[in-house]
Amino acid sequence: MEHVSLAGRIFRGVALTLILVFFMFPIFWILLMSFQTNEQILRIPPRIYFEPTLANYEALISGQLRTAAGNLQISFMRNLFNSFVLSSAAVVLALLLGVPAAYAFARYKFRLGETIAFTLLSFRFAPPLLVLLPLSLYYQQLGLNDTYFGIVWVYQLIALPLILWIVRGYFEDMSPDIEHAYRLAGHSWREAFTRIAVPLAGPGIAAAGLLSFIFCWNNFVFALILASADKQPVTVGALAFVTASGIQYGQIAAAIVLSVMPTLLLALYAQRYLVEGLSLGAVKG
Amino acid sequence: MARLELKSVGKSFGAARPADGVSLTVEPGEIVVVFGPSGSGKTVLLRMIAGMFEPDEGEILVGGRSIVGAAPERRGIGMAFQNFALFPHMTARDNIASGLGARAAASDAAPRVEAISRLLKIEHVLGHAPRELSNGQKQRTALARALIGYPDVLLLDDPLRNVDAKLRYEMRLELPNLLRRGAAAVLYVTQDYREAMAIADRIAVLVDGRLEQVASAEQIYVTPASVAVARLFGDPSINLAEVTPFAEHGTLSAMVSGAKVRLGSADGHLPDCPCWLGVRPEDLVISVSASEDAIPAHILAVTPMHEKAVLLLRLSDGTEWLTALPPDAPHGAANDAVFVRFAPEAALLFDRATGLRIGLSHRRQAA
Repeated sequence: MEHVSLAGRIFRGVALTLILVFFMFPIFWILLMSFQTNEQILRIPPRIYFEPTLANYEALISGQLRTAAGNLQISFMRNLFNSFVLSSAAVVLALLLGVPAAYAFARYKFRLGETIAFTLLSFRFAPPLLVLLPLSLYYQQLGLNDTYFGIVWVYQLIALPLILWIVRGYFEDMSPDIEHAYRLAGHSWREAFTRIAVPLAGPGIAAAGLLSFIFCWNNFVFALILASADKQPVTVGALAFVTASGIQYGQIAAAIVLSVMPTLLLALYAQRYLVEGLSLGAVKG
Repeated sequence: MARLELKSVGKSFGAARPADGVSLTVEPGEIVVVFGPSGSGKTVLLRMIAGMFEPDEGEILVGGRSIVGAAPERRGIGMAFQNFALFPHMTARDNIASGLGARAAASDAAPRVEAISRLLKIEHVLGHAPRELSNGQKQRTALARALIGYPDVLLLDDPLRNVDAKLRYEMRLELPNLLRRGAAAVLYVTQDYREAMAIADRIAVLVDGRLEQVASAEQIYVTPASVAVARLFGDPSINLAEVTPFAEHGTLSAMVSGAKVRLGSADGHLPDCPCWLGVRPEDLVISVSASEDAIPAHILAVTPMHEKAVLLLRLSDGTEWLTALPPDAPHGAANDAVFVRFAPEAALLFDRATGLRIGLSHRRQAA
C-alpha cells in the first residue's frame, strides 16, 4: 500500500467532491426541473423546495402538450421508440459486420488492409454536415429518405468504425496460439471464431457496442435531415418543445430524464461484463 | 499409426530463412527432439507441420499423405504450446475435452477425460478455470488436451519452458512414457540439451534453419557432426583450439600452445587444412609434472560444484580452456602452474572452413 499524507487524502477527497458536484449537478437539477411547472422553474431566485408535479411526465406520455396558446400534439413516446429501434438496429448491424471485419483486420495481412481499416476510421473525422448534402440527394434517388433502413445505414458511419477499431485491438491482444490450439484439436475455422475468439473478445465487444449505442442514441443531424416526423428519434423530437408560446422547460427536463434512462440502464447492465473482462487475464503463462 | 516425413522443407520470411532443406522422418512411437539455439527455426518448423503457415518448398507427409495446404483440423496433429494456450473461459475439463474435436459426443468424452487426467495427475483440478491452475497444472492440462485424441503426430513446442525446475525434472521422467502411449510420431522442441538427451530417441540439431545432425544423444555427444553441434552439447562446453595437424613417425599430431599433442595414427588421409581441435572438459587430465605432450597452463579460477569441480585454465598461448574434474580429484588452486593432457581418442578435429568434423583413424567414420 502506498502511503498518502493526511493533506493529500483531504485534497483528494475535496477534489473528487468538486468534480462530482460539477458533473452531477446539471443532471440533478434537470431531475428536479422535471417535477416542476414552467412557472416554478422560471421564478427568481430558483428554489430547491417546491410542490412536485407529475404533469410533465403525463403530458409526454399522453402526447398532449398544454400551452398558453392551446393544446399541441407531440409524439415523444413515438420518438423514444424510434430512438430505441434505430440505435439497437444500427448497433446490431454494426456488430454483425464489424466483429468479423475486426477479426480479419487483426489476424490476416491482406492487400490494402490497413488502408481500408483507416478509411473506415476516417468516416469519424468527416463533419457530418459535409456528408449530409450529397447523402440526402442520393437517398432521395434511392428512395431511402425517411426510412428506418436508411437511417440505420447512415448510423453505420458512427457505429461501424468504433466497433471495428475497439474490437480489433482486443483480437490483436489475444494470442493466436489459443485459436490454433482449438483448430488443431479438430475444430473448424468458424468454430474457432465463434467459440474462442468472440467469447474472449466479449468484454471488448460489449464496450464497443455500448459506446456505439450511446453515440447513435445521441445523434442529431443525420436524423434531422433524413427522417420525417414519424421516424424521428428523441434528439430531433425535442425540438417540438420550443413552441410558439415559449419553451417548455419542464417537459424538456422530463424528456431528458426519460431519454437518458435506456442508455443508463444499458450501461449499468453491461458494466458487469466490462469488469469481468479485466479478470480474464489467464492467457499468458 | 502413421509416420511423419519432412522432405526438403524450406521457408523464408524476407531475408530470414528459418527452414532450409529440412528432411526428417519420425517413425510412429518415436520421439525426435528438435534441438537448437533460439532463432534456429525450431518453432517455425513445428508451425509448418501444424499448418499455421505453409512451407515455400518441400513436402510434409503424414502416413505417406501430403498435408501441405490441408486445414489444421484435418491434419491429425496434437500440439502443446510453450505458453500453454489454454482456453481461459473454459474449465480444465472442457479444455481437455475440446481435444476430442467437434465430432466427439459428450457422453463419450467424460470417461476419456477422466482417464487421461488420472494419467497426468490433474483429476482434482478438472473443475478449475485455467487462471486458477499452477503453471505445472496448466502444462499438464495442455498435454492432456493434445494427447486425448490419439493424434498421428504430436508436436510439443518447448512445453517445459515455463514450468519450475523441480517439476521440469519430474516431467522429463514421465514424458517419454506418456508420449509413447499412443504410438504417435512425436516431434519435441527444446533449447535445453539436458532435456533433449533425457527425452529423445533421436535428436535433430537445427542451426540456422538447417539440420546439422540427426542421431542418438550418445552419438551426438561423442561424434558431433560439426563444431556447431559440438558447442551446443555439454556443460561446460567443449574446448577448442586452432591447429594445423601434421604427420610424424606414423602419428597425427598438432601443436597446441607449444606442446605437441597426439591426435591419432596418420594412416588415414591427412587433413591438410587449418582445423579446430575440440576436447571435452571432462576428458582433460591435470597434473603438475611436465612432459612433451602436456600443455602448460595456469589455473585462473576454480568453481567447485557438487558433482564436479570446474577449472578455468589459461594455456601458455593465452587460450582459455575449461576442465571438469570429479570433486574429490586433486586439483590445484588459482594461479597454480599445471600441465594438461588428453588421450588421442578424446580429440575431435573439425575443418575450420566448413566446420565439419574430420574422422580420425583411431575411430570409425562419423555417422
